[in-house]
Amino acid sequence: MYSQTEILKEPEINSSNSAEGELVINIGPQHPATHGVLHLVVTLNGETVKKVEPHLGYIHRSIEKMCESLSYRQFIYVTSRMDYLSAHVNNHACAMTVEKAMQIEVPTRAQYIRVIMDELTRIASHELWWGALAMDLGAFTPFFYAFRERETINDIMEQTCGARLTMNYMVPGGVMADIHPSFQQKVKDFIKLFKSNIDEYDELVTGSVIFQSRMKGVGCLSKEDAISYGCTGPVARGSGVHCDIRKIYPYEIYKQVEFNEIIETAGDSFSRYLVRIKEMKESIKIIEQLIDNIPEGDYQAKTKAVLKLPKGEFYTRVETARGELGVYIVSEGGTTPYRIKFRSPGFSNLSALDHMVRGSKIGDLMATMGTLDLVIPDIDR
Amino acid sequence: MFSLQGITSGIQSFLHARFSASGVLIFESLIVILLATTLFALLGLVLVWMERKVAAQMQIRLGPNRVGPMGIFQTSADTLKLILKEGLTPDGADKLLFNLAPFVVMVVAMLLLAPIAFAKGFQVWDINIGVLYITAVSSLSVIGILMAGWASNNKYSLLGAMRSGAQIVSYELSAGLSILTIVVLTGSLQLGDIINAQQNGWWLFKGHIPVIIAFVIFIIAATAETNRAPFDMAEAESELTAGFHTEYSGMKFALFFLAEYINIFIVCAIAATLFLGGWMPLHIGNWQGFNHLMDYIPSSIWFFAKTFALIFLIMWFRWTFPRLRVDQLLNLEWKYLLPISLFNLLLVTVIAILGWHF
Repeated sequence: MYSQTEILKEPEINSSNSAEGELVINIGPQHPATHGVLHLVVTLNGETVKKVEPHLGYIHRSIEKMCESLSYRQFIYVTSRMDYLSAHVNNHACAMTVEKAMQIEVPTRAQYIRVIMDELTRIASHELWWGALAMDLGAFTPFFYAFRERETINDIMEQTCGARLTMNYMVPGGVMADIHPSFQQKVKDFIKLFKSNIDEYDELVTGSVIFQSRMKGVGCLSKEDAISYGCTGPVARGSGVHCDIRKIYPYEIYKQVEFNEIIETAGDSFSRYLVRIKEMKESIKIIEQLIDNIPEGDYQAKTKAVLKLPKGEFYTRVETARGELGVYIVSEGGTTPYRIKFRSPGFSNLSALDHMVRGSKIGDLMATMGTLDLVIPDIDR
Repeated sequence: MFSLQGITSGIQSFLHARFSASGVLIFESLIVILLATTLFALLGLVLVWMERKVAAQMQIRLGPNRVGPMGIFQTSADTLKLILKEGLTPDGADKLLFNLAPFVVMVVAMLLLAPIAFAKGFQVWDINIGVLYITAVSSLSVIGILMAGWASNNKYSLLGAMRSGAQIVSYELSAGLSILTIVVLTGSLQLGDIINAQQNGWWLFKGHIPVIIAFVIFIIAATAETNRAPFDMAEAESELTAGFHTEYSGMKFALFFLAEYINIFIVCAIAATLFLGGWMPLHIGNWQGFNHLMDYIPSSIWFFAKTFALIFLIMWFRWTFPRLRVDQLLNLEWKYLLPISLFNLLLVTVIAILGWHF
């Protein structure tokens, strides 16, 4: 056991006892490249990265503990604040866990709406990632291009869910409200806009010689390492791991839609980049299949006012924009969970960072971190 | 052709009639200082505003549009704010060097204005080794940057300064070699002579492909020398927060900022002078009518139009390209640009000896 003073002791950063010629710098918690309050203690030898040590906890809000005192309807709202770029998917995972435990049958209409919303969220998240990655590499303009499309998605969300970022739209048994009458039209407009604009992305960034030379052969992660670090999502798929939860353990109506799991085998930053760009196109494909076929019916199953989960342990997993999100609920049979644990994708993906960037340059550290698509509140919770 | 020569020689004879030789020198120096400082301030304001507008146009937004018509007073307001801000000197910094560095960078930029011909007969100092002077003085700015990085006692600043040192020293070579091609063609180091040699056509058009190659290399090297994206290693805000000027605030930061823009202006002015004929209007061979028409446009407009076109090009780079990595940056120079410029210089020399240019 550590004594309290030992735990509170400042970690030895900035210490002068580092090896000859080594420079220890703190990147973060306030730094333009960390996209949040991530603190990296980086050991450098000139420009070369020797070691990267992430220090976490700057935005830890103990969401898991908070959930223990909230009812099964309430705790879903807190989870929007974990990975705020995939708020829908987080809510979805929680709602699914409760439904699984209580064996609630979700109406087909609600399932369609949920999947459409999830895929829209995925596109919005990847858009933001694309802009932010370009910004990490020193190109500002793509950020504005990305936001042009992302705004449209946010408008759609605002109209139907009433919020633009933390939607809280998924509830146990379905969705909170029916879709807005012009929802389908707006989504179709968005698909048209997106298809005409995605080529600009390739022209501006993907095809750029400088961009490719910054991405190819950088931040390599082998398939074995990706598995052993527990990487999921586009990071693992960029290394050739077959890990899309939508394919392996299909939930809702993912079994009925046709889409490809994007897998690249190179394992470098560029393949992770390609995975996300192609995933956006796949998401569009999914939405296109569903948007015209939303069946009539209830958007929410009839549930009791107070939800009580049976005694036991329940686990569900979904594919967020960043990877696999697992929700684990231990219930004692009451109205609040006994224990909740979230398995967040960002945490495992971050753990591979040190392995990926050792021996490369500072610029590569930023580029690689950009391709991991980290959302810090998702790592800290 | 409209010329400012009349005005400048008028002032000269007016002063000579009233004062002794040394008195004339003092008065003329004062006038030059006044003009140079005004130009400096004005260029800084205009270029920052221009950059923001150019960036806005490329990024589907409006840019500054509240302070004054089209936001032209935005930069004045920003400068005012920076003047009023506290100029902080961090603990542990080398106070003398820390406070001196922005002025070194600034003075170097100012010195470079001397040999540039802004219009016909409007040049501070037509020194006979003009090109040599420019290459020599422009390499001094790295000292200011290294000073700033070292004196700040900040690791980001140090890394930024080191990068900047490596970069400026490397790219100086190909910039110098591409300037040399024009010197070989003209047979003179004096900027006045170089401009006059382009009376019946700019070197870019007269010198065949080798000069075009030299021009492209010069623009790349100039972008690198002014620490602009895609070569902004020294600042690299996503990697080193703000590079060598991380610790600077207030007016000391503003001086770095201003010097960056003045440097852009200067390298573009030099490129315009060497390759595009400076203030020389566009003349095409024997088209007398066309040449006369071009002569009616004042020479200062020619000069500034060419310079600002090149400045726009450099701004366009910044808002389009991602940044190179530091080793790729040096590879580009030592493995590609330098050998190409050396070979190119050889070609141009052959052309000049055989008289193949127009």
